[in-house]
Amino acid sequence: MIRFSRFIWLYFLISALVLVPGTFALLRFGLLPAVDFTGGTLIELHYKSNVPQSVVENILSGQKIIAANIQFSTGNNYLVRLKPVSNAELAKLENAITSSPEKPEIVRNDTVGPVLGKELLQKTVMAAIVAIIAMLSYVAYAFKNIKFGVAAILALIHDLLVVLGTFSLLGHFLHIEVDTLFVTAFLTTMSFSVHDTIVVFDRIREMLKRGDRLPFDQLCDKALTQTVGRSLANSLTIIFMLLALVLMGGETVRWFIFALLIGTISGTYSSDFIATPILILWDRWEKRKK
Amino acid sequence: MFKTPRRVFIILILLALLLIAIDLPENYHLKFRVGPVSVDRIVNPLSIHFSLFGMAVNKDFKTQLGLDLSGGANVTLEANMKDIKPADRTSALDSAKQVIERRVNLFGVSEPIVQSAQNKDSYRILVELPGVTDVNRAIALIGQTAQLEFREFTNYQESSTSAFLIPTLDNTKSTGLTGKDLTRALMDFSSQTGEPEVSLEFNSAGGAKFDAITKRLIGKPLAIFLDDFPVTWPRVNTEISDGKAVITGSFTQDAAKTLALQLNAGALPVPVTVVEKQTVGATLGQESVIQSIRAGGIGLLIVAAFMIAKYEWLGLFADMALILYGLLNFAIYRWIPITLTLPGVAGFLLSIGMAVDSNILIFERFKEEKRLGKPWRVALELGFGRAWDSIRDANITTMITCAVLFNPGNWQFLPSSGMVRGFAVTLFIGVVTSLFTGIIVTRTFLRVLYKEKDKKKSEDA
Repeated sequence: MIRFSRFIWLYFLISALVLVPGTFALLRFGLLPAVDFTGGTLIELHYKSNVPQSVVENILSGQKIIAANIQFSTGNNYLVRLKPVSNAELAKLENAITSSPEKPEIVRNDTVGPVLGKELLQKTVMAAIVAIIAMLSYVAYAFKNIKFGVAAILALIHDLLVVLGTFSLLGHFLHIEVDTLFVTAFLTTMSFSVHDTIVVFDRIREMLKRGDRLPFDQLCDKALTQTVGRSLANSLTIIFMLLALVLMGGETVRWFIFALLIGTISGTYSSDFIATPILILWDRWEKRKK
Repeated sequence: MFKTPRRVFIILILLALLLIAIDLPENYHLKFRVGPVSVDRIVNPLSIHFSLFGMAVNKDFKTQLGLDLSGGANVTLEANMKDIKPADRTSALDSAKQVIERRVNLFGVSEPIVQSAQNKDSYRILVELPGVTDVNRAIALIGQTAQLEFREFTNYQESSTSAFLIPTLDNTKSTGLTGKDLTRALMDFSSQTGEPEVSLEFNSAGGAKFDAITKRLIGKPLAIFLDDFPVTWPRVNTEISDGKAVITGSFTQDAAKTLALQLNAGALPVPVTVVEKQTVGATLGQESVIQSIRAGGIGLLIVAAFMIAKYEWLGLFADMALILYGLLNFAIYRWIPITLTLPGVAGFLLSIGMAVDSNILIFERFKEEKRLGKPWRVALELGFGRAWDSIRDANITTMITCAVLFNPGNWQFLPSSGMVRGFAVTLFIGVVTSLFTGIIVTRTFLRVLYKEKDKKKSEDA
């Protein structure tokens, strides 16, 4: 049996090392929203003949403007979606487009709204909160103790903060944006985290049911020792998959997968090293009160 | 249910064959020669065409690829803002956008892009639909008009559960009263509770219809559908003969205002016309797609190898169950159909990683029981039994999350369309199929094939 409960302060220290800068960044800088959330400019170019997409890309990079996406459409047209740019920049870009050697026409220049608007985003956050409360209630019911519910949800909040904090730091220092895919990754982390915690808690529940006479912290240690193999095996399969996708997958999904990877690692870590220690601390506190 | 594992095993094999038929590649040219047999034909996935009791069933199983992978149709709509006050135009455009989004993406699984676009005095909505090569069909989908309809339950029985009955197109029938019978709709505040509500005024024909309907349905709910979508289903308390009605619900002021706007202008708050239609190419480069799929394949192989390395031939069975998981999921995606995007594929691959979880739980339990000296067979059954509690609770919480995100009651404060709903659907499919393959499939494989081994041993001895 490994005495996991002797090092609770160490686990909290490790989490604090990630959480403190992440939360600070989140409060100070927020997240960097992608064009999905902000809306921006949509420009449509018409070429007289078929030109490769790299021609359009070259014009944009000449102006140091990065397109959110470029799409070929019928009639030798290209649709270019841009993040919000200032009028001066836009005028310069238009100039650069029309004076480029192929002489394309600008057939459309619209300000477009977000794909995922503020209202839907607020509703999504609301849904996440409702889901968290529902999960808390279910875990408390299934384990017949509110302690388990609260501990699982605190671990969940830990994981969400890790993901949000990491992307806030990435946004600030590396200009990594969060888009609609990030919302998906966020929701996945939410369900994975509780899923994983329950497996660990289940072992504790089983031992309590069997009437194990160990003190609570040793009982938790025993449960962790027994489940650590499974936790590692399970997370490793997911991590193998995600690592392959991060390292070799396409550019467009890289940060989405990265968000999932962070969520998965944090979700696994927090089941053993946040949720269970909270249970132990809670138990110690109750005993002291008596 | 598991009395005859061998029978279940045969059913599973048949299921696998059916799934393979559904999952076959489209228009794939198969040409090879084996000795005297030469095969030269175009392979296509299963499609079902038959009629059953007068009901025609036509189902093609084809993959719907998203805008990022295969492009689609791009339609630009111009909103006519002549009758809208300048101050309200932006919000009218926004609510028109939402109505159109709901029309093209009710369950969130078709991955369109719907955006409002503004340029000086022109107010436009851009709609991009994946894989729709027939642009006119896309336009028909977007441009249907006003569909306010009052419907009643076909088989309504008074019981404690009927309060939670959600009206759908299937369990209700039209009362004949529709948006055409409406003179106007207004946002109002309830005189009793002070909460926002929408009041309706019918024309004389509508008023008479409404009178008859409310008389007939006293004590029963009357469902109000907007664009084939239940908005609210209040219980009729008294007969209403003055041709006026109110829709109450947990409306915010804005939601009530939007609904009134939509009802007045025939669901869409502003009339729209199509100004441009075109087909567009994929937003993602082919390269990125190929890279991701290759990476996913490698990831899968690593997972499979890991399972075999850690659990030996038990792992092999888990891998077989995983193959079935993949086939089953893909078949369901084709059946619904769920539009596949690159992130969707990535999420699907991730769910494979999660599907292994139940097997790992069972196998670890099995190892433990074996270590305690239980015989192989007993340890296996105990492993399945003991792991069940945690598998159940873990998956129920995930399903709770799905239910909240899907929002089946269409509550105003939760998202009711778009990508969040789509996420919930795919996650739910993943959880259910992984429970099926992780438990039933692996268990049956092990029971049947182990039995054979058992027999052989006794014969040898």
